[in-house]
Amino acid sequence: MTKTNHKKNWLAVLIVLLFLALVLFLDQKIKPTNSMYMLMTVLQKGSVYALAAVSMNLLNGYTGLFSLGHAGFMLIGAYAYAIFTIPSSSRDTVYQYYDAAVKFSFPEIFSASMGPAGTVLGIILAVLIAGLAAAIFAYLIGLPVLKLKSDYLAIATLGFAEIIRAVFQWSKLGPVTNGSNLLKSFPRTSTFKFKLAGETIKLSTFVPVLIATICIALIVLLVNSTYGRSFKAIRDDEIAAEAMGINLAKHKMIRFVTSSFFAGVSGAMMAMVLSIAQASNFKSAMTYEILLMVVLGGIGSISGSVIGSLLFVAASEWWLRGLDSGSFLGIEAPNVFRNGFRLVVFSIIIMIVVLFFRKGIMGDREITDLFRKKSKSPAKEAGK
Amino acid sequence: MNFFKVALPYIISGVSVGGQYALIAIGYTMVYGILRLINFAHGDVFMVAGLLMVYIAASFPLFVAIPAVIVLTVMLGFTIERVAYRPLRSAPRMSVMISAIGVSYLLQNLALYITGGLNKNYPAIPWISDRVTVFGLDTTRVTVITPFLTILLVVALVMLINHTKLGMAMRAVSKDFETSQLMGIRINSVISATFIIGTFLAAVGSMLYFTNYPGVVPTSGGMPGLKAFVAAVFGGIGSIPGAVIGAFIIGICESIIKGLDTILIVNGVIGEQIGLATFSDAFTFVLLIIILVFKPTGLFGEKQTDKV
Repeated sequence: MTKTNHKKNWLAVLIVLLFLALVLFLDQKIKPTNSMYMLMTVLQKGSVYALAAVSMNLLNGYTGLFSLGHAGFMLIGAYAYAIFTIPSSSRDTVYQYYDAAVKFSFPEIFSASMGPAGTVLGIILAVLIAGLAAAIFAYLIGLPVLKLKSDYLAIATLGFAEIIRAVFQWSKLGPVTNGSNLLKSFPRTSTFKFKLAGETIKLSTFVPVLIATICIALIVLLVNSTYGRSFKAIRDDEIAAEAMGINLAKHKMIRFVTSSFFAGVSGAMMAMVLSIAQASNFKSAMTYEILLMVVLGGIGSISGSVIGSLLFVAASEWWLRGLDSGSFLGIEAPNVFRNGFRLVVFSIIIMIVVLFFRKGIMGDREITDLFRKKSKSPAKEAGK
Repeated sequence: MNFFKVALPYIISGVSVGGQYALIAIGYTMVYGILRLINFAHGDVFMVAGLLMVYIAASFPLFVAIPAVIVLTVMLGFTIERVAYRPLRSAPRMSVMISAIGVSYLLQNLALYITGGLNKNYPAIPWISDRVTVFGLDTTRVTVITPFLTILLVVALVMLINHTKLGMAMRAVSKDFETSQLMGIRINSVISATFIIGTFLAAVGSMLYFTNYPGVVPTSGGMPGLKAFVAAVFGGIGSIPGAVIGAFIIGICESIIKGLDTILIVNGVIGEQIGLATFSDAFTFVLLIIILVFKPTGLFGEKQTDKV
């Protein structure tokens, strides 16, 4: 690591902190009635998908394991979070048809003795459990399937996600998962606020963005570690990597479990943002969308995945809205611009990226590479 | 005896569903055999064939609609290969697979836009949607003829592959891409032919499949598509008889699981409904993981070793 690298790292940290401060500021300024509130929705959903996309990129882009089980791990995360945070007073209304098996909620347990700080601690604990639950499932499923080669692995993990979805909807597990009914009433983003000197400080966008930022920062550290480099070696040539003394099976498992941990956390965040958790939402279409975000941003670039998912969410939720409701960029054509047209345009854009700009927005570079002087980049290419 | 009496309707409908899966599975297995590509869009092509039938049959008589649907679906399959897969021929396998997922996403969204997300009632095709009685069981004629039609089509296909020049070219290309190119086989036309055959069978399959279901929605293709793919893997990907046998096994198992609660209750194994029908889709994937772990090449697949 050279000195310029250190400087660059500090710059990156500074930018991230400024961004977080900006989000906190916007959170106070933009009310739900404001027309710019769409920006906050995009930031909330975008941060969920950004973390999901980065964790998928960790597998597909940095390890070369083509896994399509993401929706399954997110489902586990969402349910784990919901189950452990539903307040005991709402349990009976949520579990209408079943006798709830889990009768406690972490935020309540801790807030009883520690006050508001306990609530926060309880939520953090539930989010961690969401990640851990996904990681444990990933370990169990990884034992048999990680031996498989590229496309077989893809289809096996896809199948696994479908199995998980069915298990969580099974009526016999109703006391835990509420069967095919949805889970609700748990702490969601709009409940994150506190009073400071008589003013209510709202954190509904700040919290998801903060969680995503911390997790993505952890992933960046992981990728840049020695471990990270051995993963890249596996991606580029499995056989050569093994010959260099990298324990293939162990490394693949570590990466699979890590990636699933963060997928679980993003699932928990998804539950917070949408304020419901329902197994039927986590279809393979969700995995495909996340994969397309990764491709849009560039496979093998973390900042690319973040940009890709923010663009994906912003385009589909906000910028292209007009395509669905009759007028877009001042063109009035209610017959063409009707429900669903937005998604058609959107998928055509994605196909164009997939076919003609295969590297996506960032390729395998990071955003910090853009500050580097041009003359250095050929040297970097040659060094690969 | 009691067991069979209760299970019979499920087995019969399972054989029928299996036949329909088989017709889709062949498209997967042939494409995989040649391009080593999981054509994720194949299930959606199947769904589009269903929608085309709904729209065309609304304004034309069936003897026009049926051939028109088949021709249009085949054209769609051909176009997808031309536009989305051919430019990526030399790209890494992952890119092609992503492109296939992109096509699937596009087809689903297009269908969503055109139908407005509403369920479209599938037209009743005379004769095959008539009700008949088999083994004292009331069902539609399509349920009965599907397995026979499937086997007929498969026999024709196997003849084509084993006894014609095109079939020989296909076998050569699936064995070794580069060498067959050097031997003067026009790869592109062989691949196009593969897609045409695959989508033709999917179009026929969609007519048989949707006749037994209330209607077509944009996501109708996803599950049958995935299951057909699992059938192809189960039978040994690249092997046509394997895909057909796999599809029948999966169809029958799935159908039995749908009725497993009832079957078990009648036989006194369990006392009440325990909702095992939830697992009728998931079971397919359990089967997939089991077969991949214990025999990754499937029932009839050839052993392949990776060359360094």
